[in-house]
Amino acid sequence: MSSWPILSLITFLPLAGALFCLVVNGPKEAVERNCKSIALATSLATFLISLLLWARFDVTKAGFQFEEKADWVPALAIGYHMGIDGISLFFVLLSTLLTPICILASWESIHVRVKEFMVAFLVLETFMVGMFCALDLALFYIFFEGVLIPMFLIIGVWGGPRRVYAAFKFFLYTLLGSVLMLLAIIAIYWQVGTTDLLTAMDKLELPFIWQCWLWLAFFASFAVKVPMWPVHTWLPDAHVEAPTAGSVILAGVLLKMGGYGFLRLSIPLLPEATQYFAPLVFGLSIVAVIYTSLVALVQEDMKKLIAYSSVAHMGFVTIGAFVLNMQGVQGSLFQMLSHGIVSAALFLCVGVVYDRMHTREIAAYGGLVHRMPRYAFTFMFFTLASVGLPGLSGFVGEFLVLVGAFKANTWVATLAATGLILGAAYALWLYRKIVFGELTKSSLKAILDMNRREIAVFLPLVLLTLWMGIYPNSFLDPMAPAVDKLVADYQNAIKLARTAALAP
Amino acid sequence: MVIGLESWTLARPELFLAAATTLLLIYGVVRGEVATPFVSLATSAALLVTAALLFLPYREGTAFASLFIVDRLTATMKVLVLVGAAIAILMSRAYFERVRAWRFEYPLLVALATLGMMLMISANDLMALYVGLELQSLALYVVAAFQRDDARSTEAGVKYFVLGSVASGMLLFGASLIYGFCGGTAFVQISRALLEGRGAEFGTIIGLVFVVAGLAFKVSAVPFHMWTPDVYEGAPTPVTALFAVAPKIAALSLMVSVLMGPFKPLFAQWQQIIVVASVLSMALGAFAALRQQNIKRLMAYSSIGNVGYILLGLASGSERGIQSVVFYLVIYMVMTLGVFATILMMKRRDVMVEDISDLSGLARSQPAMAFALLIFMFSLAGIPPLAGFWGKLYIFIAAVEAKLYVAAVLGVLASVVASYYYLRIVKVMYFDEPAEALDRPAFGVNRAVALAAAVLVAVFSLAPQPLSLVAAAAAKGLFP
Repeated sequence: MSSWPILSLITFLPLAGALFCLVVNGPKEAVERNCKSIALATSLATFLISLLLWARFDVTKAGFQFEEKADWVPALAIGYHMGIDGISLFFVLLSTLLTPICILASWESIHVRVKEFMVAFLVLETFMVGMFCALDLALFYIFFEGVLIPMFLIIGVWGGPRRVYAAFKFFLYTLLGSVLMLLAIIAIYWQVGTTDLLTAMDKLELPFIWQCWLWLAFFASFAVKVPMWPVHTWLPDAHVEAPTAGSVILAGVLLKMGGYGFLRLSIPLLPEATQYFAPLVFGLSIVAVIYTSLVALVQEDMKKLIAYSSVAHMGFVTIGAFVLNMQGVQGSLFQMLSHGIVSAALFLCVGVVYDRMHTREIAAYGGLVHRMPRYAFTFMFFTLASVGLPGLSGFVGEFLVLVGAFKANTWVATLAATGLILGAAYALWLYRKIVFGELTKSSLKAILDMNRREIAVFLPLVLLTLWMGIYPNSFLDPMAPAVDKLVADYQNAIKLARTAALAP
Repeated sequence: MVIGLESWTLARPELFLAAATTLLLIYGVVRGEVATPFVSLATSAALLVTAALLFLPYREGTAFASLFIVDRLTATMKVLVLVGAAIAILMSRAYFERVRAWRFEYPLLVALATLGMMLMISANDLMALYVGLELQSLALYVVAAFQRDDARSTEAGVKYFVLGSVASGMLLFGASLIYGFCGGTAFVQISRALLEGRGAEFGTIIGLVFVVAGLAFKVSAVPFHMWTPDVYEGAPTPVTALFAVAPKIAALSLMVSVLMGPFKPLFAQWQQIIVVASVLSMALGAFAALRQQNIKRLMAYSSIGNVGYILLGLASGSERGIQSVVFYLVIYMVMTLGVFATILMMKRRDVMVEDISDLSGLARSQPAMAFALLIFMFSLAGIPPLAGFWGKLYIFIAAVEAKLYVAAVLGVLASVVASYYYLRIVKVMYFDEPAEALDRPAFGVNRAVALAAAVLVAVFSLAPQPLSLVAAAAAKGLFP
């Protein structure tokens, strides 16, 4: 146990950087240069500190570590309670890793209002990290919702031609889901008298019908965020219009908030309702996997295709989370991490050619391998990772989810597995259209391969994808005790409820 | 009846304000127009001194044969009203000087209206209530039409006067019914009659409905809101700022003390009315504002929506509910004053503008002003972690505890719809291409108010606890 508040430091260091950026003044070029440097330095420092978490994380413990607790609003029994366990550890790392990468990726592609962009990104990082560390329902909600403000601005200010529409759609969709979750949180608070998550896990006892209502309220919020079919329609728009860095963080971290919410709140707080509604989740997830894969096959916009593939991949995540056995939940978590890195990298790949050609039309490309061998390799690498080639990260997550699903329900596993085939189809089709073939288009004749900055952006992601694919235990081991506890608690609660129902 | 010294000391803030206003009026009449700058500053100062007198030292009790009551709740509300009015006067000067309507009567009328509000807040008898309300209303009718050579301003004044008189009439009618059935106008008499079951319930309830309708008009709750958009748009902007803050707080405070005081026994009856008015206000405030082009009109609908949330807190009828009302009112006042201070800074080539489209690209031309307005808008929309979120959270906690589930769900859904138009302002400022830039805000009161409001919103966002203590102390007054 560390004596200094490491989680708060990681959470609020980016905010300090943002404030610092705000006060930078002077000639325009100098301000932009300084703000970029400040943002990069802050986010790198945050990442390095967050590595300490991993180093000092006790992999044998199931409970929360690095806990911090303080009164915040005693009048409402709201506390400032932070802590991480094996489930949240890697999400924190994912957020702190992707932020510097995004800042580096926007180094040259953001030309206007650079200072504001950096401020928005750093504020976003604070909210993301805070959300994954929060152990108080109100605090969780504040971070969860707070994310909307910087993201709304990032899409709306630096996005593409239909950015206003996309920003509003993103904001209102997510807000509509979240406010219902707020009511659920209030209801829990009313029941247990505090918003502290751990107390609520211990004490919350609700009649079944109430559990169902609250579960649906949480579901409204998380399903939009994941996003699950049929409330996924905001995602393609948001992805297409967002600047590259915005898409990366959206796919890399924001979608994970939904999956994380299911595992952190819905399942432990409302086990009976979880069991009751699990078939619904399976059904929607399978539709997501198959239907959105098919939709992805006919896309003409690269970002849109990857966006739909995200919906399909997140379908695996929700299946894994709700089969509620060791393999399923671990696979779900691993799939989220892998998707966080791989889809982020794919959006970065789109960003590389977009910065050069300013179009995302698939038809505008072709034969890039002749001019851009390094790019072709990188793109191939992440396409295969996304498809789930053994040895790369995507495989481990999908495999574990399918094993878990097979144990729980053969049909779910079978139908979900078809998604793998479709996934391979659209991903490879996209790759062929863009990279292979003859280089016939005159506009592409002078395109340049990736420069050093871009290689620096991709290198950590490539290494990480390999690591996760070859030796997944570095990631699975710290998760194991927490996942074990989650599954065991769930099973106990179900058993208890069943005996209570059987008792005369 | 002999009125003891105790009564006079209890009412000394009001007496001080009355005396100060009278003296300043005499001074103004003697000196003429040259006195205006001094009178306005002195009036603001007098309002602030009155606020200080309330708590130096704080005393509570009833006075003047129980016509007048002072407790934590009334004192807190009075401070809000006084500070709001004082700031509104300070914010007015530049505006009225520009339109050549800067006369010494204006601050004095505001002060008299404020005196009326203080009497309303402290009313402990239906007659006292009515007298206070009328003093407030009459002064405010004049203030709304103060820019007298402007057609819109006079129209606003006339509309406000006609509709306001109808509301006062309803209130008076209701009061007379209550008097008839309960045998008294004093709150203690009414409450005793109701508790003993002497007040023949049916007639009293009809009277109560009329009283609530009159009060709903004053707080512009649906379905008595029709005057609000027109008056807000037509009245001079600083007057709109005043309307959005002080009379609203006073009337809401009055509503709280009437309904939670003498009519507590009829809780089940009035709760239905308040819940319906609350839900309708939240919905109308959200939907009707979607298409507004004028920012003052937009703020009118926004205030209708906000009143809906406050009424939801009142409808829960619990101690927590009253806390949430006070808590929300403070945050509402800060945000609203901030927004109006920003609106008062909207000038292009030295001409005041008030269309939302005039804000296009403000983030590039006036980044600080745009950032302040961004904070206010997200806060009004109730997006965490900003202060407005805490206000809504408090209200919804109270509502859920009082089992008003349906109203709470409708309320949060309305808040999503409402967030659209708050976001639209952010969009215009941040996403749209710059129109012709607005003038750089001059250094002055409005800039200071906007800055202070933004800072306060930030403080309340991070540390809502002190404010909730204030709210808790105030609500204690009703739940001894």
